[in-house]
Amino acid sequence: MEKVQKVNEMLVVSASPHIRSKHKTSSAMRLVIIALLPALIFATYLFGLRALLIALISIMAAVGSEALLQRMLGRKITITDGSAILTGLLLAFNLPPGVPWWLPAVGSAFAIIFAKQLFGGLGYNFINPALAGRAFLMASWPSLMTKEWLAPVGGTLSGIDGISAATPLSLLKNPANYGNPEIIIRQLNDFDTIRNIFFGKIGGCIGETSAFFLLIGGLALLFLRIIDYRIVVGYLGSFALLAWLLPTQGSVVFHLFAGGLVLGAFFMATDWVTSPVTKKGRWIFGIGCGVITIIIRIWGGYPEGVSYSILLMNVFTPVIDRLTKERIFGEVKKKGVKK
Amino acid sequence: MFSKFSGGVHPAEQKNTENCAIEIMPVPKRVYIPFSQHTGKPAKPSVKKGDEVRIGTKIGEADGFISASVHASISGKVIDIAEHPHPVIGSSLCCIIESNDSEDWSSDLEGDQDIGKMSSAQLVEIVKEAGIVGLGGAAFPTHVKLSPPKDKKIDSLIINGCECEPMLTADHRLMLEYTAAIIEGAQVFQQILNAQNLIFAIEDNKKDAIALFQKEGVRVARLKTKYPQGAEKQLIKAIVRREVPRGGLPMDVGCVVHNVGTCYAALLAFKFRKPLIDRVVTIAGDGVKENKNVLVRIGTPVSDIVDYCGGYVERPMRIIFGGPMMGIAQYADSVPVIKGTSGILVWQDARTIEEGPCVRCAGCVDACPMGLMPTEICSNVKNRNFDAAEAYGVLDCIECGCCAYVCPAAIPLVHYFKYGKNEIWRKSKK
Repeated sequence: MEKVQKVNEMLVVSASPHIRSKHKTSSAMRLVIIALLPALIFATYLFGLRALLIALISIMAAVGSEALLQRMLGRKITITDGSAILTGLLLAFNLPPGVPWWLPAVGSAFAIIFAKQLFGGLGYNFINPALAGRAFLMASWPSLMTKEWLAPVGGTLSGIDGISAATPLSLLKNPANYGNPEIIIRQLNDFDTIRNIFFGKIGGCIGETSAFFLLIGGLALLFLRIIDYRIVVGYLGSFALLAWLLPTQGSVVFHLFAGGLVLGAFFMATDWVTSPVTKKGRWIFGIGCGVITIIIRIWGGYPEGVSYSILLMNVFTPVIDRLTKERIFGEVKKKGVKK
Repeated sequence: MFSKFSGGVHPAEQKNTENCAIEIMPVPKRVYIPFSQHTGKPAKPSVKKGDEVRIGTKIGEADGFISASVHASISGKVIDIAEHPHPVIGSSLCCIIESNDSEDWSSDLEGDQDIGKMSSAQLVEIVKEAGIVGLGGAAFPTHVKLSPPKDKKIDSLIINGCECEPMLTADHRLMLEYTAAIIEGAQVFQQILNAQNLIFAIEDNKKDAIALFQKEGVRVARLKTKYPQGAEKQLIKAIVRREVPRGGLPMDVGCVVHNVGTCYAALLAFKFRKPLIDRVVTIAGDGVKENKNVLVRIGTPVSDIVDYCGGYVERPMRIIFGGPMMGIAQYADSVPVIKGTSGILVWQDARTIEEGPCVRCAGCVDACPMGLMPTEICSNVKNRNFDAAEAYGVLDCIECGCCAYVCPAAIPLVHYFKYGKNEIWRKSKK
């Protein structure tokens, strides 16, 4: 009888299921960070140690402000989940390499405090913190955010020999500012230029230049099912289709690899927290991002539209989720009245 | 190859007992037989303290149509009718019988019968008298499933041998060792239901069982190994491509599903009038010395079974009745095996993990075989917004556990859904 008593005292009771997959939030964050490393290493090669230092400052500011704020608010400190590191890294990827040292710190602190923690922390933010940080810097210090480009090692800002003053997308937006528009447009769609753009021998934000190195990590995440293919395919697919249909002087391939599209489609639009949870919703979200991006690039005031398109779609996410509920097994389509 | 239902997960199978032939456990000294072992009303006690019973003596009478009779599983004396821990509902009235070490069967039982000459009504009555219930886990009275209303034409009888829960192999062993008996029992069911098709559904991780059934010349649906392949609605969808409507029953789409173990138990009732007094249970996990498949008398307490399996290994932290995905954690090792107990898992590890915030990864939405949005239901239940949880379909949840299995934040989603369902039911009763 005594033995029985002892066994009963030890027994732990909880609801089913009693096994769980090894998949954890922190391990997913770690994988995304690892997937970004090829691009970071390439950026360090391309722009020098300065790019790496900006990334480190940005990460430290993100992690530091998260810890500080959580402490001030008396919440549990959760910097070990990796999400703040990722936010810091992604913000740095979205900054020109020549920005002053304080800029990434301010941007990261804004991203973590105002876009994430004040809404309740991880899981409760409705917009991508890194992109919110970038938008904040863009609005506050527009000249620092659009002019501090650095010439890449062994290349030019535009990817075209002889034109080093602008990034490919700004050249496409205002070719007349840099010389004979016709020649410039022809050169931009040249195979050599496209190759430079694809491998990243061009100017641009720290992490966005090399589509090649971003694709290595992005495709690995797709394969591991950390990110959802619907968003990526919806985004790139709708974007490519519209780039082909709509009046623009850049070729489809040029548009796909110039600027931050690959970074945005694989690493930022796919952010779990700020994208829809329904399958249909993820398609709509991706397609919406593609549409807005191309509209901004063609008719908008900025040469690039990736970050604003994602931010806008982030805002629509709750509505998309509500309007695209999954079909429940055995549901019979009812006409008229909805619950 | 059939595989078509959306969602589902692939947990590690851990079927280490699949080669352990069924062993017959000696009769325990005492059995604790609950009067409620099935879906529906508990049986009404028909014996009293001090009565002598033999194996198969009816000790509880079915109370109404959706109920099942209960029989003595050993021969001896009723020493009490009292509350005792119950593996599913916490505690219930039990008939406690002390063995007199004899193997005397109740004299009410008749010998061999010619099944072919009996009418459907007679056969259903035998099933009812024998207290047969679904042995897959839900323990729904079998005679009810064999008596569909006249307006429901049943064309397909599906025999469920999927056993999609990890670690469990009791049905697998039964299929290997009693192939012919299962088929014969199923054919009687087919005769009762007048169903055109009889299909044996087996997952493709049990190739030996598939081969045996195919050799007997019956129709086998070889199903992809994916959890919850054996869930009734998903099984029907995979095999006959029909969806049971929300809130409906398989018979609404012309199907009836019975577990392989139920067919075997029913055949013994048809042939020998043997009531349901024992069943095969898989004993597994690192907390018990020997993992095996054991034929156990209904009412045998876990502690006796563990002793038979060599005893506990050091510190048993968890005892689960059923499989790791849907099983029920026990608070005492005095709980008895009941008709629906397919497995007993004993673990040394408490396996508790802290719940984190939902990061909206949508893993649960992708995994849900019912097309629900677990994350939305969960947040509504947490906010006590039960109407919204109901609108999101919490009552359609089959509690298979796929959502909680994949959740990277370790949120015990099924726990919240069970709570939400209870609250909704309680409100609707008022």
